[in-house]
Amino acid sequence: MKYIDEYRDGGLARLISATIAREAQAGRQYKFMEFCGGHTHALSRYGIEDLLPPQVEMVHGPGCPVCVLPVGRIDDAIRLAMRPEVTLCTYADLMRVPASGGANLLKARAAGADIRMIYSSMDAVLIAEAEPARQVVFLAIGFETTTPATALAIRLAHQKQLANFSVFCNHVLTPPAIRAILDVDHLPAGERVLVDGFVGPAHVSTVIGTSPYAALAAAFGKPVVVAGFEPLDVMQAILMLIRQVNEGRTEVENQYIRAVTPEGNLIAQREMAEIFELRDSFEWRGLGALPASALRLRNTYATFDAERRFTIVPVPAADNPACECGDVLRGLKKPAACKLFGTVCSPQTPMGSCMVSPEGACAAHWTYGRFRDRAGAGAPRQAA
Amino acid sequence: MSPPRLRTRKLDIRGGRVDLSHGAGGRASAQLIDEIFRAAFDNPFLDQGNDQAAFDVPAGRMVMSTDAYVIWPLFFPGGDIGSLAVHGTINDLAMAGAKPLHLAASYILEEGFPLADLQRIALSMARAASEAGVAIVTGDTKVVERGKADGVFITTTGIGMVPAGIDLSADRARPGDRVILSGSLGDHGVAVMSKRSHLGFETEILSDSAALGGLVADMVVACGPSIRLLRDPTRGGLAATLNEIAQASQCGFLIDEARIPVRPEVAAACELLGLDPLYVANEGKLVAVVAPDATDGLLAAMRAHKLGRAACVIGEVTADDRYFVVMTTAFGGGRIVDWLAGEQLPRIC
Repeated sequence: MKYIDEYRDGGLARLISATIAREAQAGRQYKFMEFCGGHTHALSRYGIEDLLPPQVEMVHGPGCPVCVLPVGRIDDAIRLAMRPEVTLCTYADLMRVPASGGANLLKARAAGADIRMIYSSMDAVLIAEAEPARQVVFLAIGFETTTPATALAIRLAHQKQLANFSVFCNHVLTPPAIRAILDVDHLPAGERVLVDGFVGPAHVSTVIGTSPYAALAAAFGKPVVVAGFEPLDVMQAILMLIRQVNEGRTEVENQYIRAVTPEGNLIAQREMAEIFELRDSFEWRGLGALPASALRLRNTYATFDAERRFTIVPVPAADNPACECGDVLRGLKKPAACKLFGTVCSPQTPMGSCMVSPEGACAAHWTYGRFRDRAGAGAPRQAA
Repeated sequence: MSPPRLRTRKLDIRGGRVDLSHGAGGRASAQLIDEIFRAAFDNPFLDQGNDQAAFDVPAGRMVMSTDAYVIWPLFFPGGDIGSLAVHGTINDLAMAGAKPLHLAASYILEEGFPLADLQRIALSMARAASEAGVAIVTGDTKVVERGKADGVFITTTGIGMVPAGIDLSADRARPGDRVILSGSLGDHGVAVMSKRSHLGFETEILSDSAALGGLVADMVVACGPSIRLLRDPTRGGLAATLNEIAQASQCGFLIDEARIPVRPEVAAACELLGLDPLYVANEGKLVAVVAPDATDGLLAAMRAHKLGRAACVIGEVTADDRYFVVMTTAFGGGRIVDWLAGEQLPRIC
């Protein structure tokens, strides 16, 4: 595959691995957080951990939109979907996210709710157009990556004057989440995550650019390297972070120059600003309520806002008390350290959201990495 | 005076549709069976007009298997539900090392299903069966009301005979055994996906749907007693197959991603759709676990057959009390190839 295989080249990986091993100083620990679920997935799927020396540790961050969505919002979505007039459209990885009382969207569908899996926000608009008797609600989630597509769907519905289309908006923003992870001074010592740097978002950064990270890097004195989602991207970013740490630099660097610019995608940003505005506060699973961290529809487009059309009243919902997704999302715990991991919580029967999405830290470790959990287990030897 | 001769108009196959009378057991049912199925399958067992087929079998070990086919779309690049229903069940028999003999076919038809499509499916089944040297010797047809099925569902049941001295079973893999894959992964699943209209996706990939009885016969002749087991990696792909074997044999696997053949166009389609070729269904491939010293002989026999040209060793059986399928990635690290948690794509077989 052209433009793909180049970024998965095993020979180059070994070269970078050797350079990392040479430059990572002995007696020093390097703890980096990869913010995005896409990076977590790449680390696990390609076995990158096996290519890093022991003093370089990767901590999985909260950048998986499915994982940070609190239970209450899934409960709301299920209640919406159970209304007889509603057709709920959503991306497939939300279907099995556990809601309160063991419910999920898949079970709601089996119970008769009209829930459809779509690949694009535009599909929801087309369904609304084709089925005017149905109230089509698009369950929108994601960071800045997917927000422009939701904005376009709303604009299209507006142009078509569709009275039966609305969006249940759960779009969240990346910089406030990074800030929440770094801003630990007010936390007790045991709850602080002390990372030495960030592998910065890939697709998010194609939209927002690299400049929003500059203030964070400066305020907290941590380097950020924006990196693509291919395995060589991640390895190169780790090397760049090691060099910054070794040289005492705390800069924002861009490994993903083939897609990311400092200012980002201005058209997409304009589109988002036109349709959405900041919420005062939004609940993040694992991080709690973060001010100015999520989006809602502007009043101009209120008619397309499912929360206003159906007057969704949030019902407080608690996570499973034994579930440690919160600590995993904040990088406080490794997935295997959670008591539920692999006992009652697995991708077949997820208790927490980190086990649902393939980009979730727990699912990635379960699916790809758990063979390392036994003490002494190292990289596999070559097959005969 | 002789009774008046009943004149029945022939089925309007070009423009006609299945209606409820075709499943009512009366004259319309008989006509549908005669003009579509008996005409296509054309064998003396069906000509006897019994509700069962009677035949002699050689002494020895017999295998039996059944499978239901609900694939959508019914017609896809490289095959259709008919050829798939024949290949699939033949392959399940062949994975025991057996020579497939006879098939039974049962149909659930939805009211309104075009007769032309039904005939096309029946002819495709006939062709597939004849190419594989098996006969469809008995069957059944039911019609359900519109909306109670999706066009046509087919169930095929088959029997076959296992040659003497052959004992293949999923619990026979032993550490050190080699794992051979007969060809490239993912062709069937991606071919079916490419026809799903809502994906708006066009590709030249054909399903690999094929009867593996001939390939297996050659393998059995070449090194039968050294073959531990055969499996066709259908739903769930290679990943599910290896995990099933690991559970049954209480072993692990170590496979090498760089040795697993995947066509570039399949790899590209999987990349776009977010699929992993290891989990995508195949309908004309097999996995063989073989004693190490017979590996070269088995490979040579497979490569001499047209369905095994690209056969290659992809790894080995390991001792692992956690039954993990571990893969060395082409990138150079290690990972597990786990069971599929959900469903990658609905109704692919």
